[in-house]
Order: sequence, then structure tokens, then C-alpha cells
Amino acid sequence: MMLTEEEIRQIQDEVAKSQNRRAACIEALRLVQSHHGWISDERLQQVAALLGMTAAELDGVATFYNLIFRQPVGRHVILICNSVTCWIKGYVSLLDHLRDRLGIDFGQTTADGRFTLLPIVCLGACDRAPAMMVDGERHDELTPEKINAILAHYE
Amino acid sequence: MPLSLPEYERAGGYAAVRKALGFLAPKDVIEMVKEANLRGRGGAGFPTGQKWSLVPMGQDAPHPKYLVVNGDEMEPGTFKDRFLMECDPHQLIEGTIISAYAIEADVAYLFIRAEYTLAAERLGRAIAEAYAAGYLGRRILGSAFSLEIVLHVSAGRYICGEETALLNSLEGKRAIPRTKPPFAVTVGLFGQPTVINNVETICNVPHIVANGPQWYRNLSRSNDGGTKLYGVSGHVKKPGLWELPMGTTAREILEMYAGGMRDGHRFRGFLPGGASTDFLLDQHLDTKMDFTEVQKVGSRLGTGTMIVLDDRTCPVGMVHNLEQFFAQESCGWCTPCREGLPWISRTLAAIEAGRGQPEDLDILDDQARLVGPLGHTFCALAPGAIEPLQSALKHFRDDFEQHVRKRGCPWRMAAGPGG
Repeated sequence: MMLTEEEIRQIQDEVAKSQNRRAACIEALRLVQSHHGWISDERLQQVAALLGMTAAELDGVATFYNLIFRQPVGRHVILICNSVTCWIKGYVSLLDHLRDRLGIDFGQTTADGRFTLLPIVCLGACDRAPAMMVDGERHDELTPEKINAILAHYE
Repeated sequence: MPLSLPEYERAGGYAAVRKALGFLAPKDVIEMVKEANLRGRGGAGFPTGQKWSLVPMGQDAPHPKYLVVNGDEMEPGTFKDRFLMECDPHQLIEGTIISAYAIEADVAYLFIRAEYTLAAERLGRAIAEAYAAGYLGRRILGSAFSLEIVLHVSAGRYICGEETALLNSLEGKRAIPRTKPPFAVTVGLFGQPTVINNVETICNVPHIVANGPQWYRNLSRSNDGGTKLYGVSGHVKKPGLWELPMGTTAREILEMYAGGMRDGHRFRGFLPGGASTDFLLDQHLDTKMDFTEVQKVGSRLGTGTMIVLDDRTCPVGMVHNLEQFFAQESCGWCTPCREGLPWISRTLAAIEAGRGQPEDLDILDDQARLVGPLGHTFCALAPGAIEPLQSALKHFRDDFEQHVRKRGCPWRMAAGPGG
């Protein structure tokens, strides 16, 4: 559960570009997460040491930001927009559909480790609401049928 | 696909950078932007040139100085900056170079929300192109001006859009707003002078420099200069985004561009510019959508992206959705916001679920008075949260009272079980 040499080198590159070491901490956390999907305690401690922060300080930052995950997530992360325009355009029934189909609620991962379901604030696709994002790719004008077709693309 | 650098140049792109760096002093650029009456497009409408003129300049000014471009668009109902970043990244880079030149900044940060993956990818590519062509880096186009651009991709949280919280985030901290004064223009990022401007604001700058402030003012139908990206979402025929003269009326935007209401839906009201603006009604539709006129009728232009409430949507449910958002996104630093917004949200949930008491409406009124005023909290999140609440309590009071009296949401009851 340790950082690889490549990750350490990439973090050091970020530090070199920064005003000071801790200013690179969000970049560093994003980087580690991009390799492993989430930030384990061990890796958090290692990153903190590289940046001259205490683990508690870095955890304070990591837990503030909703897209830094401090728990394992599935292979794919679904972020469904629950903000106002999507709500007006039927977000609640889409959420019910996703819950039924995946058998999980917000914050949970399917038993096969395929999907984690999370709410997200306005994705800036209000003209094509309702919207959701899977692994950084946005899907909009959603219907239950369209959701089924989208999920099939993610193994 | 957005324009590549050669395509952008063929369309007249980067001519304004050549003009500014070659023929204008930084103070001339500031004067032009002041004269153009460009007002901040992030929602507050602060005059951009005036903000720039507060930055310490000249030999004795502290360096490095920073320009931060706020691309943390997360205001519910708002989708204009994503469009600008995805569709014309070079326009934003050109505006950034000229704006940085105007305040003699050394480094510009583009702060972009994590979910805008396509915008980040395209901006990253465009920045690389601009470096390779000599528009960025040391001694740009042979001038004495140098600028580095850093693309920072965020990790979430609405509060990062608040400018001082954004600075803390760039410093690798929790995004908690700072006390003001000192203002960022003198003590900002890493304690250095810093200007923070919205993406749309910056995208106006090349055109002002290229065509002059008078041309820019003449584009507008009001005192606020230029054009504006207006958007409409909700149950309208053609939700979308349009660049129109500043001061276009809400009715024109709604009826001519968004095509009016969808069949079977009647208009009841709208939030003129994102979640943190007051509801307006039918009688306000002829208001010019600019910073001054919308304020006169009791709301704010905000981001200029309207969210429409129709007769098949429950206004109490809509306000509940908005307050849930604000309660969740409060950073927790100030007590009225951290404690007040969840209380409001829970009260609204109870009313929606048929557990509302007649005195709950008075409690919501009281909360609005306590949480709403600027100055009770470090930043404007809580005051913004109160705007849709206080106006809904005023304009849709009957709907709230019906929920309490009928012990539930009339819309849901009409839809039947599961509706």
C-alpha cells in the first residue's frame, strides 16, 4: 500500500512547480487518487511526509474536498447531479432508478466492485438536464433507458 | 472542437495581445476597461477596471503579483463558463495575458473545477500552444512582459468559488473564506497582491482592447457595458445559452430565445441568475437583465442564467432543494451559516413531508433575518442562500401555508402514491 517510485517522482515534480511544498498537496492527492482510485491512510502519511505536513493536516485538507476519496470506491464512480435544474427535470425518479438497478444507495459500492454512487452539485449542463458523470465523462438528457445503456459501457 | 491557435489567429485572435503589449501601458489598459464599464460576470458585478486600479503598481509594488481566473463554476443553474472554456480556450488565454499585463502580474492561475474535465483538457492543450508560439513565458512577443500560466484543477466544493476561499485552496489548505480587509488586491495569494476575475469577465477583455471602450459600451442596451451570456433552464421549449446585448429583457430571453414554456407548463417565476438570487415573477419579465435594473426589482443579475419555475413544480420543494444545497456546501466556518442553513433545510423537509407546523413559517422568516444580512458571516454563501428563501416566502406564501394545512405537498398528493 505504498506509493510507487513513479508517484513519488510525479509528486516531486508538482512540488518543484509550487510556491511552497504544501501548496502542491491537492495536486499530490489527485495524482495518488488517479492511480489507486482513493487515498489510503498509509499513502496519506507518505504524501504528508513528502510535503512537510503532518498526516492530520493533510487529512484535514483531504476530507474537506468531496472529490478526494478517503475510502475505497468501485471501478467506476457515478456522480449524479442533484441540484435545482436537474431536480426540476426529474432527478428524483432517475435516482430511484439507479438505486433499484444497482441495489445501492449514496456512498455505497456494488458488491461486484463495479460502481460507486455519489451525489454531485450542479454539473453545468442545465440546458441538457438531467445530467450525471461517470469517471469524468458527462452524460445528459438522461432517461431511465439511457442510463441503462450508459451503465452497460462501464465494466 | 475549439479553434486551434492558427485558426484563432486567423479569426483575429491575439491581435489584442499584440496591441496591448506593443502600444499600450498597463494603466492605459485599465483605463479602457474602466471606460468600457465592464462589470464582473461572476455574479457580484463589481467594476473590473476599478478592481484592477486598486492593485499596487510600479517600481515599489511587491512581486510576484498574481491574476487568478475563477473557473470554479458551480452555482446551480449556471453553465456559461464551461461553454467559454470548452469552446474557445484561446479567447480566455488571450484575455488572461492582457489582464495580467494590466496589473503587471507575474503568474496567472486558472482555477477550474474537477468535473470540467473536457474544459481542463482543452485549456491545457491551448496553453501549451500559446507557450510554443511565444504568447506565454519570458519576454512575450519581444516585450518586457513575462507571464506564466498555471492550470489548477480543483477537488470539489462550491465554496472554492468564493474568491478568498479559492486562494486558500490554491495554497493547499481547506477552502475557508478569509476575513476582509485586507482585500486580495493588496494581500492575496501567498500574501501577495492578487486579482481574482471570473472566466466570462476575462473573455471580454480582448474585445475591449481590440475595438475600444466606446464600441464595447455601444454593444449594450444599458449602462453596464458589453454583451452577456444569458442562459435559461427548466421546463422551457429550448433551454440554452445565448450571447446578447447586456440589458436584454428577461421576457425576450425567455420567449424569443428559450422559445417560451413547454406545452402543458405555465410560467410561475424565475431565479434570474443562479441559485443565490431572489425569485422574480411575471410582472418582472420586462426588466432589463443587467446589474442595476434587476437589483431595482428586488433580485440580482447574478450569473445571468435563469432558472424557471413552472406550475407543475412545487416551489416549496424547489426551495428545499436549494437550501439543502447551501446547507451541504457551507464550509462550516461561521456559526449562522453552519447552524442556520441545516435548520432551514430540515424545516423545509418537514413542511414538504406534511409535518410542518403553522409557526414554522415564522421560524423561517426569523432565520432569514438572522442568517441573511451581509456581515453576519465571512462570505456571501449564507446571504446568497437566503435570497431564494426570503423571496419564496414572500411570493409563494400560499403554497407554504397549503403544505402545512393539507399536511403534505399538494403536487405530490395530486400525482398519487409514488408520484
